[in-house]
Amino acid sequence: MSMPADGPQSRADDASTDPARRQFLTLALVAPAALALGSCGSGTRAAPAVPVYFSNAEQGFVDAATRRLIPADALGGGAHEAGVTHFIDLQLAGAYGRAERWYMRGPWPTGTDQQGFQLKYTPAQIYREAIAGVDAHCRQQYGKPFAQLTADRQDAVLHALEGGKIKLDKVPAKTFFALLWQNTQEGFLADPAYGGNRDFTGWKLIGFPGPRYNYVEEIEHFGQPYKQPFVSLVGRDPGAHEQGEA
Amino acid sequence: MAKRLPPVDVVLVGFGWTAAIIAQELTEAGVQVLALERGEFRDTVPDFATNTIQDELRYAVRKQIFESPERETLTFRNSADQTALPMRHLGSFLPAAGVGGAGVHWNGQCWRFLPSDFEIRSQVEQRYGKGFIPEDMNLQDWGVTYDDLEPHYDRFEYLCGVSGQAGNLGGVKQAGGNPFEGPRQRDYPLPPLKRSASTTLFDKAAREAGFDPFPCPAANASKPYRNPLGVQMGQCTYCGFCEWFGCGNYSKASPQTTILPVLLKKDNFSFRTRCNVTRVNTDSSGRQATGVTYVDLDGNQFEQPAGMVVLCAFAQHNVHLLLLSKIGTPYDPRSGQGVVGRNYAYQITSAVDVFQKEILNPFMGAGALGQGVDNFNGENFDHGPLGFIGGGYIALWNTGGRPILQHQLPKDAPKWGSGWKQAMHDNYLTSASIATHGSVMSYRSNYLDLDPTWRDDYGNPLLRLTFDYQPNEHKMSDYLTDQATKIAQAIPGATHHAKKREGHYSIVPYQTTHNTGGAAMGDDPRTSVVNRYLQSWDVPNLWVMGASVFPQNAGYNPTGTVGALTFWAAEAMKRYLKSPGPLVTT
Repeated sequence: MSMPADGPQSRADDASTDPARRQFLTLALVAPAALALGSCGSGTRAAPAVPVYFSNAEQGFVDAATRRLIPADALGGGAHEAGVTHFIDLQLAGAYGRAERWYMRGPWPTGTDQQGFQLKYTPAQIYREAIAGVDAHCRQQYGKPFAQLTADRQDAVLHALEGGKIKLDKVPAKTFFALLWQNTQEGFLADPAYGGNRDFTGWKLIGFPGPRYNYVEEIEHFGQPYKQPFVSLVGRDPGAHEQGEA
Repeated sequence: MAKRLPPVDVVLVGFGWTAAIIAQELTEAGVQVLALERGEFRDTVPDFATNTIQDELRYAVRKQIFESPERETLTFRNSADQTALPMRHLGSFLPAAGVGGAGVHWNGQCWRFLPSDFEIRSQVEQRYGKGFIPEDMNLQDWGVTYDDLEPHYDRFEYLCGVSGQAGNLGGVKQAGGNPFEGPRQRDYPLPPLKRSASTTLFDKAAREAGFDPFPCPAANASKPYRNPLGVQMGQCTYCGFCEWFGCGNYSKASPQTTILPVLLKKDNFSFRTRCNVTRVNTDSSGRQATGVTYVDLDGNQFEQPAGMVVLCAFAQHNVHLLLLSKIGTPYDPRSGQGVVGRNYAYQITSAVDVFQKEILNPFMGAGALGQGVDNFNGENFDHGPLGFIGGGYIALWNTGGRPILQHQLPKDAPKWGSGWKQAMHDNYLTSASIATHGSVMSYRSNYLDLDPTWRDDYGNPLLRLTFDYQPNEHKMSDYLTDQATKIAQAIPGATHHAKKREGHYSIVPYQTTHNTGGAAMGDDPRTSVVNRYLQSWDVPNLWVMGASVFPQNAGYNPTGTVGALTFWAAEAMKRYLKSPGPLVTT
């Protein structure tokens, strides 16, 4: 009888989805950069320079791709400003990236769409394989890796991945695109405790105030916007006062 | 070699809703009860405290509140001519692991089934004729009636502090409630939850469309409540983290908030966590259960002798255990003979997303804060001319506005880029979704058995699910979606996007955790696994709880009926313990 080496307790302790550990790790990672840059005001907190899982090239790819998926524009910051690449890097470095909660026993035949995910690769491995494949494709077609292409070309490549029109070696392009887009939205819209949605960029775009506890009065104020400051599991928006929101 | 443990009177497999009820009832009767739970202990404090539980990524997206399929999952295919493949991660449905079971992460949508649901075959034959029933449909009466269960529905609703508005008190229709519900002996214990902007929109539009909307029954306390066990619940604060979360406010009914504070103090009750039950053991006659075998997380095997065994795990897990234990005759889809694994059913859902101009603040909500119409459920309408069996409710549930998974975008919105951002910005606060919740009948070709290829970490074959939506269900669901669309069209200044459930059943997108059947109850051992008291036909000291006993699924969330059936079975168990033997003879 084979048993996994670690029980659920060690899984639950995984840093990638434990806000307290997450925050500690984020601080630990941010600290050297913050020291190097001197003190930063709120809203300009330095992104951690060193990825945990990604290589520098992979980090560059994901940053370039997510900038196109959720661009900065007149409505506000996009994936880059929200720290989405940092979020995805940390997710892939943790239990999710290692597919620790997934059934990963062979054999591995291919199935129908209705039968769902049947790849023997973890999310972290899918990124690694797919990024190498997309960059190889871009070098062959345009002489440059994805991150160095013009925005229009990057969009065209992303559309081709989305439509399954680029053939990657080990991972279906559609699967990779769907994963990248799912994780990008997560990084933009998840609680800032996980390193994305920095400065509540995503929640400010849509008007979600964060994990607040009590709307007993407000739920009957039909049609009225909710005006309390944005909050996170690890504290409230440090910029709220400056922005006159509280 | 399994280590043999001291015997107990009754062993429960699992420690969710049904186990908590059975344990409470039987310990009151003086019996010694042990529950074996494969997951962890969890309680309101610290596990569901509001400063940790309101975390969409961790619990809803990464699914840490649910069972984790890495050790054991099931395989799935649409039809018997395909090779079933493992469900690698959760998707279409989200069973629980851990104390409290799915009673921790449910919404609290706490319905009674219709009187006609329990006698569906008789009523359909009478109203539409025998020839109306498709040949491959295993349509069955339940063996119990609504009248049998009414006192037990009442007990479950008062245990949970359900908030609602009666529609039928003792046969007298009540304004503002569901006019189609079966007669109830008294009103709900609590008045309905506050209505939100979106449920109010729905209410007006549904009346405009000519339907009869009412506040859906909610096991979310609209006011402070002390239940008959003396357990205190707090008023719901509409925080919007209900579905797929534990409640940090003691407002959503769960075993933790309604039973455990009393049960866990009892000397004649105990439970163990991290225990995976892998077999129900029987004596050499095969007619008497002797206890269960379980494996702990270190792979150690234990034999737990017991005078009586009650399966209280999630629906398909109960069936898996029966098949592994070789209790009852496994269903054979070729011959149509056998019963264990037969009658697997599910539900068929669809949605009509609504986009309008008023701010709705969707994040202010509660799991069962909804406004519904029941005009197209069960035998509430004549579906003879429509050519299908079954029905469902239509409701606008304002469960919350979690940004990653609970936002709606118009059909033509760009999938990403600046256009996506614009659509998110324009629609998050002002959109809502009308849901349809349709019944699924049982069919000869939809069933559970053991997989020939894949195994779990304990070396046992995985359960294999063979299931697809049939033409009857698509026809019914499309009709429901059309009725929901009429409501959407009656919302002033709104555009809508009707999302019908099309094509084959897929295990990928979340639809509902209302998996049913595989251990059907009934009056005939040739078509059921347990009798009308949920007692095994084959092994009289073995009982099966939960939605696995539904012969087919109705158009409602199942927990209210699961709770009522559990109280009903508990009464029968007390009779059995005084005078052991089959409670129904054939």
